[in-house]
Amino acid sequence: MIRTPLRPLARILRAREHGENPDEIEAENRRLRHEAIQHKARRRAEGRLVLMAGFFLLAFGTVGVRMGVLASSNPSEPRSQVLSAQIISQRADITDRRGRVLATNLLTHSVYAHPQQMVDPIGAAQGLARIFPDLSEEKLIRDFTGNRKFMWIKRKISPEQMQAVHDIGEPGLLFGPREMRIYPNGDLASHILGGSGFGNEGVSSAEVLGVAGVEKAFDNWLRDPSNDGAPLALSIDLSAQAAMEEVLASGMALMSAKGAAGILMEVETGEILAMASLPDFDPNNRPRPLLKGDASDSPLFNRAVQGQYELGSTFKIFPVAQALDLKLINPNSGINSKSPMKIGKYLINDFNNYGPQLSATDVIVKSSNVGTVRIAQMLGVERQKDFLQKLGLFEPTSIEMVEAPTGRPLVPPRWPAVTAATVAFGHGLAASPLHLAAAYATIANRGKRVEPTLIHGRKRPEGEQVLSPRAAELAISMLRQVVTRGTAKQAEVEGYEIAGKTGTADKPRPSGGYYKNKVISTFASMFPASDPKYVLIVTLDEPSVGSGGGESRTAGATAVPVAAELVRRLAPMIGLEAKTDESLPSIAARFQPHVEPGPHDEIKLVANQ
Amino acid sequence: MRPLTYLGVTLLVLALAFWAYRENYRTQAAMSEMGQIQREIAGLREDLGVLRAEWAYLNRPERLRELVNLNFERLQLVPLESGQYLDIGNVDYPKPPAPPEAEDAGDTAPSQEQQP
Repeated sequence: MIRTPLRPLARILRAREHGENPDEIEAENRRLRHEAIQHKARRRAEGRLVLMAGFFLLAFGTVGVRMGVLASSNPSEPRSQVLSAQIISQRADITDRRGRVLATNLLTHSVYAHPQQMVDPIGAAQGLARIFPDLSEEKLIRDFTGNRKFMWIKRKISPEQMQAVHDIGEPGLLFGPREMRIYPNGDLASHILGGSGFGNEGVSSAEVLGVAGVEKAFDNWLRDPSNDGAPLALSIDLSAQAAMEEVLASGMALMSAKGAAGILMEVETGEILAMASLPDFDPNNRPRPLLKGDASDSPLFNRAVQGQYELGSTFKIFPVAQALDLKLINPNSGINSKSPMKIGKYLINDFNNYGPQLSATDVIVKSSNVGTVRIAQMLGVERQKDFLQKLGLFEPTSIEMVEAPTGRPLVPPRWPAVTAATVAFGHGLAASPLHLAAAYATIANRGKRVEPTLIHGRKRPEGEQVLSPRAAELAISMLRQVVTRGTAKQAEVEGYEIAGKTGTADKPRPSGGYYKNKVISTFASMFPASDPKYVLIVTLDEPSVGSGGGESRTAGATAVPVAAELVRRLAPMIGLEAKTDESLPSIAARFQPHVEPGPHDEIKLVANQ
Repeated sequence: MRPLTYLGVTLLVLALAFWAYRENYRTQAAMSEMGQIQREIAGLREDLGVLRAEWAYLNRPERLRELVNLNFERLQLVPLESGQYLDIGNVDYPKPPAPPEAEDAGDTAPSQEQQP
């Protein structure tokens, strides 16, 4: 900056010429200079003030906004990490329809070893072999004295065993927490639940994965934290399931059968109340699957869902119901039942000879193969196939189990006249008992298609109408007469109006052809006939019962008494009232009873989370 | 006047600082207490899970059946039968001795309830 002089020579000289005081010029310049200096200083001070004001504004603004946020937000607990709660919350419980526990979790420990940190490897190996008799001492010593750095010893141990391992006092033996899946009811509903095993394993936790049944089908759902620990409620009724397994087991022993299956299904919703397959297993200690031989010999095999059986005469109602629906016959139409009947080079025989003619009702009541084939011939192959397909007998069932697709029915690839005839009386098409239950439920549901399910209280779209309500009612009344005067007289349980159809089918040989003395006997039923609420299927594998010196294998003598006992035991349990003629007097209350109102605060049932 | 203001402001700042300090420590104490309670809840939940599993195990149908068979002499329990259902209207309840409160009679009970 060029400094302006206070006394510029030019102006002084000029002022002196004019006789003015040159000091005035100096004073004037001095004043100007001071003014400039003052102006500059004020600008700087103002700038500082603005900056300070900005800072204050920002600081107070921040505090103000924070206070505003605190005042307007809802108070919440700051979440802190709780480790043990997380471990036990990995998998939701499974309960029955009334909330009774079928599968839950328990916190246990696993034991592992760091052999390099061991003080006395041989003593530790001896101690462990004493606590766990299934471990080999030599192998442990070899592992501990070798150069391994880490090894698992036991996946799950009890608290007593943990204390015993602790008492060895070996710093190289360590424990890790483990969530363990337990099935408190043991063998009960084992095929439905399946079982579980460990997935990815770490020292501090391990994934629990379903390996079969519902556990595997709902694996993702059960492990989904967004369900808030809600248990999975199955449609199973624990007490009904237990009673069914008990009755089936005693029936199986009585009929010296190899296996048995039973299904109790609600007609309206398709919910399965009880489904058992014997022999069964303990899901807490799931046996290994068979690697060779027939899969159905393993207790893991679920006869009710995976079994592919020719279900015999129980199929006869399908062509008859369809013919009733198409108005080709009525229950009193005469059907030619002259036995044997010839189709191509094959002969179709009846169990007994029923004379030249039977009414359509009697074809079902007496279970005439020839009569059924005649009715099926009226329908024709295409319509017969179409109806069986609509009943769901060509596809695997939609039940929520991983085993469902393995129960795909064995449908003949081509349908020549003889196949159409044998399928009409239940040979040549192999389906699972669950398929039969769904098909019978469809008839019982006034012809509306029913899909089986294992989940309780789920809204599902209404089924397609595959049969007219009128035809379904006629079919039910025919099935009712099978029990009152036909092949299933032993199924009459007073008050429950059972309607059903027996089926005795020869077992196919693996090499082709049929066994002479091995049968699958089935009884498919619905009750009460006047308004069917439940469908019950009982299947016995290779039953035989001594009757009057001889041996009987027919369903009427084997599966039917078991089914009757099941209805007797299960129907009162599931709250179905027996119909009686006796009417009790209704007594008016003598006083207005005072009923305590229920608690208002609702307790939400959650699994451990 | 001015020294008084300075003194007042200083005292105020001191008081506020003391209050903030106390609030801070109280919050921390509350949070650690809450963490402890949450751990306790987790522990109790775990125990609840064990108890629930134990309850289910002790009430498994197989065991109950065995107990019923063992104690048949005393209990005489048999499976539920169809004849054991009755409408509540069929039951002739005797009149209670004296109603405890007259004004409670407004609540009506559903009389069609099923009773096994």
